[in-house]
Amino acid sequence: MIDFLLDQLAPFLQTALRMGSPILIATLGGIICEKAGHLNLGVEGMMLMGAITAFMTAYNTNNIFLTLFAAGMAGLVGALIYAFITVTLRANHTVTGLVLSIFGAGYATYIGSTSAVGKSIADKTNVVNAIQDIEIPYLSDIPFIGPVIFGQSIYFYLGIAVAVIMYLYLKKTKAGLNLRMVGENPGAADASGINVALYKYIHILAGGFLCGIAGSFYSIKLVRTWTSGPTAGDGWIAVALIIFATWNPLKAIFGSFFFGVFKGLQFKIQNVALPVIGTIKPQYLEMLPYIMTVVVLVFIAVKKKRENQPPNALGAPYFREER
Amino acid sequence: MIKIVKQNEVSKKQSILIMLGAIAIAFVISGIVIAAFGKNPFQVFAGMVQGALLKPYGIKQTLNKAIPLVVLSLGVSIAFKMKFWNIGAEGQFYFGAIGATFCVTYFPNLPAYILLPLMMVVAMLFAGIYALIPALLKVRFGASETLVTLMLNYIAVIFVDVLQSGVWKSADYMGRNHVAKYPENALLPKLFGVHIGWIFALILAVIVYILLKKTKLGYEISVLGENERTARYAGMNVTKIVILAAVLSGGICGIAGMLQATGYEGTMTDTMSGGFGFTAIITAWLANLSAPIIIVVSFLFAALLRGSEAIESSMKMSPAIAEIIQGIILFCVLGSHFFTNYKVIISKRVKTSAEKGAEKND
Repeated sequence: MIDFLLDQLAPFLQTALRMGSPILIATLGGIICEKAGHLNLGVEGMMLMGAITAFMTAYNTNNIFLTLFAAGMAGLVGALIYAFITVTLRANHTVTGLVLSIFGAGYATYIGSTSAVGKSIADKTNVVNAIQDIEIPYLSDIPFIGPVIFGQSIYFYLGIAVAVIMYLYLKKTKAGLNLRMVGENPGAADASGINVALYKYIHILAGGFLCGIAGSFYSIKLVRTWTSGPTAGDGWIAVALIIFATWNPLKAIFGSFFFGVFKGLQFKIQNVALPVIGTIKPQYLEMLPYIMTVVVLVFIAVKKKRENQPPNALGAPYFREER
Repeated sequence: MIKIVKQNEVSKKQSILIMLGAIAIAFVISGIVIAAFGKNPFQVFAGMVQGALLKPYGIKQTLNKAIPLVVLSLGVSIAFKMKFWNIGAEGQFYFGAIGATFCVTYFPNLPAYILLPLMMVVAMLFAGIYALIPALLKVRFGASETLVTLMLNYIAVIFVDVLQSGVWKSADYMGRNHVAKYPENALLPKLFGVHIGWIFALILAVIVYILLKKTKLGYEISVLGENERTARYAGMNVTKIVILAAVLSGGICGIAGMLQATGYEGTMTDTMSGGFGFTAIITAWLANLSAPIIIVVSFLFAALLRGSEAIESSMKMSPAIAEIIQGIILFCVLGSHFFTNYKVIISKRVKTSAEKGAEKND
């Protein structure tokens, strides 16, 4: 039994955490944006913009900092378009976000098919080494937990760090409190002297930056060649996870890794004969994360609690003149 | 100082002008983006117009794209009218194609005049049932239909792959996963060089127009879309309306899948939607959910899609440029609503100190 845990379960959980890391970063990006009262369905689009930008930057510069920064900036540019249209021009959040996703997908496919197809970053060793799984000395020697938690890449540690920082920011700082007020009641925030538009812009852009970084995972870490639509809908899963995590960055950690398990199954039990069920068609495993998202959506809808509600003004354009 | 005030009513002419202005700006921005990609925007746009609208072959190809686009836009417009965000047109399209292929696979010997109508009915049924899932989850549990329909898109595509690599796999493709070509009696006839799906698209536009404008259900859908509480106070059966409208919306999207399978592809593949389901969201929205305008907007977007394909080889551009331009157009139109809803007043009045304080917060 112990052997089974060590041999089978540990590598599986390691994969689950690896696959969950970019989803976590994207979910956090979505949370910070929604805390400002803006429902952003453009997560997938911003991730794809980040993915292609990361790939091209890694290919051309072989510099990990530039790569991640460029990916974040690509997501930020997407978020800037969204912010300008929804904050300044006060358009419908749902439609604007959807269009951002279509636009981002088009942008990634365009750049991908004209510049990235057929290229590989496998020989860009600076980037590849910087994002490979790191075994933290001593800690990774702990049986079972060691390789699972302390044998991950920077995406994992980044996700956890951002989650904790974001939690503290929202709960413990003045700016975080102000932000929550903007999301709950922008009129009152405005009356108390908070610059509502500025708060919205900053946090929407920060969210876009995180989504861009999350997208880079799929083009430089998961695979090292460009494939069209590499995120495969993980951005939408992140949007669902925002609700699942009840806008709480710490809960987002568990939500993301829960989904990582279902993403990980595809890689680990493909073509393996299981007792009773036999071999499972790989397509059914591919479907699993999407089916689970639906299940989770129903689950959260049923388990609506008072303290788990979205920011009160989520999705509502704020008209300063109508206070 | 600059002041923004809510505008009460804008004349129809004015709002159309603002919209056209937004589209013009969108093309200017698209031109800049194309130039940034290192291409000559004038050549690109000229190549698109030529490839989509000037040559007979190009016009046929444009119409071939306009047909599914019109039908899908009509489908989603019913749901959108109710503010039921059916983003699942792609998935419902695929289930329509699955329904059509189901009929072809199990009743291949029926004469065309029975088989084709049967395919359409079954396509509607399959896609309608597929759209029933998010509708039920919405009315029963309050689950977000936007995300559920999105997830169902991915599941539908994978399900098509399950079928084409499994029970419906044809031996004709040397081991590749592919569904068999439809037999002659399962193909839509052509009229004026384009499959007669265009006639169905026009008929559907009339039906959807009448449904939304002249029937009780249509009225209920729009009341529900405006305000759910009003609908409840008026004694409407909200659950029933949501389910009916969602199933109808999905069913029509399914017809698009059936038409594309039998009229254009002659089979079913897991890439046959070509993103039409997402473009339809844009076209329906741009057309203000009005059936007659949907025909015009869909045709123009079909021309954009066809045009971007036409320049693929000559200009070495990816057809994904169409998606970028679509996005820019809708961004601009969304932004332009600001100018139909608000008036920007620039006055030279001397500021009071209170206003100065307020301005800082802008």
